[in-house]
Amino acid sequence: MTVRVVADLDICQGHQMCQAEAPTVFGFDEAADVVEVLEPHPDESLRPQVEAAVRYCPAFALTIVDPAPDPTSEEDR
Amino acid sequence: MTTTHERPPHQRPAAIEAIPEVSFAIPDEDGWGHLAELRTDPVALLERVHAECGDIGRFRLADKDVVLVTGAEVNEQFFKAPDTTLDQAAAYPFMTPIFGEGVVFDASPEERQQALKNQALRGDQMRGHARTIENEINRMVAGWGDEGEVDLLDFFAELTIYNTAACLVGLPFREEIDARFAEAYHGLERGTDALAYVDAYMEGVESFEVRDRSRAVLVELVQGIIDRRRARGTVAREERDLLDVLISLDMSADYITGVFISMLFAGHHTSSGTSAWTLIELMRHPDQMAEVVAELDELYADPGDGTKVEISFQALRSIPRLESVIKETLRLHPPLIILMRLVQEEIELAGRTIPPGTIVASSPRVSNRLAEDFPDPERFDPSRYLDGRQEDLQNRWTWIPFGAGKHRCVGNAFAMMQIKAIFSVLLRDFEFELVQPSETYRDDYSKMVIQLQRPCRARYRRRATGSAR
Repeated sequence: MTVRVVADLDICQGHQMCQAEAPTVFGFDEAADVVEVLEPHPDESLRPQVEAAVRYCPAFALTIVDPAPDPTSEEDR
Repeated sequence: MTTTHERPPHQRPAAIEAIPEVSFAIPDEDGWGHLAELRTDPVALLERVHAECGDIGRFRLADKDVVLVTGAEVNEQFFKAPDTTLDQAAAYPFMTPIFGEGVVFDASPEERQQALKNQALRGDQMRGHARTIENEINRMVAGWGDEGEVDLLDFFAELTIYNTAACLVGLPFREEIDARFAEAYHGLERGTDALAYVDAYMEGVESFEVRDRSRAVLVELVQGIIDRRRARGTVAREERDLLDVLISLDMSADYITGVFISMLFAGHHTSSGTSAWTLIELMRHPDQMAEVVAELDELYADPGDGTKVEISFQALRSIPRLESVIKETLRLHPPLIILMRLVQEEIELAGRTIPPGTIVASSPRVSNRLAEDFPDPERFDPSRYLDGRQEDLQNRWTWIPFGAGKHRCVGNAFAMMQIKAIFSVLLRDFEFELVQPSETYRDDYSKMVIQLQRPCRARYRRRATGSAR
């Protein structure tokens, strides 16, 4: 079981907070000044760190995409 | 007076004409459209646009049509549009005389990102800022005694001026300003009168006179600081701050003041108002207050083994209940109730083609209370943000107290840290209660920068020693 995390590079502002929360999952593309998802399918054991990265992203640029999306949610369309 | 500003209906592009216009609550006697209502009850105006027109409707400000969009789908189009299509600065004419001619309103997203990398808002600078803010709040309450009353507007406006000046300009500059600076800064904010949509320099308008006098006072104060620094001569590198850098570039006091005003502006009235409303909502909801106080007492408890947690450390980390209360405060009392852009290139929103020259807008106040996204929207309910609900993340195009997209407030992490630090100190040392009927705490919407309406007083009492930390 893995978590699937996606980054919206159009919205990322380069705060680099996600790197502090989950350093093995998120890196930084110095040239483009945006997040680089190092591990798009992190192991389930990393879920708390990935969730913290999503919650504290100052740009709201990260999303966890769960395998069974909630049909009522705007984000999963 | 009306003839110069009123545009005959036949000149309005057909695409705009096709978008429904909201009714008038105040008759359009001056020819400036809905400006009179925007200057007295903008919340009613914005809510009525949504209620009468749906997800896309319009009102009129002097010679400009303002198209207001609402809802996740259209908000996303609005917030994702590139700067070349929707321009921010040109939509806020009331800011130009405040910053001064030639001082930029906002950097491009690329410049903002660059600034973030090198400057004061960078993640790794936050620890130092948290320490600075803890120190500032301790200084502000040092003279409070065991009990008394405080004016929430004065208190938080002064505190947040010191916080933003210390963190964004530098500690030496912070030590060179006092309540006079805070007061003059407040005067500037009172100059954000929507009459600027007609003429930002209109004669005989009191709010503009206050604005210009206040700006002159700030320039004079900054000139005094510059003179003292010049007389003192160069100091060691580690004792320099941004002001020394700007002086070395031979900038005038007027220009430097403009730079500082623009740096402090976004973070000042917003954090000040949100802090005040957080305290008001906590006083209104004693059960929430008790839970937050218990959470903080537990986090900061001294286990006696040398592992006591510092506020400057914890303010940067998770304080879930307090964070939820702040988020819910932001949802119900967003410091900016309307976010605007000037259309530069034709854009399609909600299936309508909007021509250049139109102002398009989205309202945090309206979006944050959409019943389809926030069940029981008028209710203060911090549990919306707990795991499983996360109504902020679930509604990232309608939970918009910080805006959204590329222009989402770059200072939001700083702001959250600041408010968490403020309440970590305040609720450690004091208990608070309302001194007025609850419903008399309200905002003054007569200016584009919203401020608490006076009276807005709270009573404090020092917590019994040994009770907690």
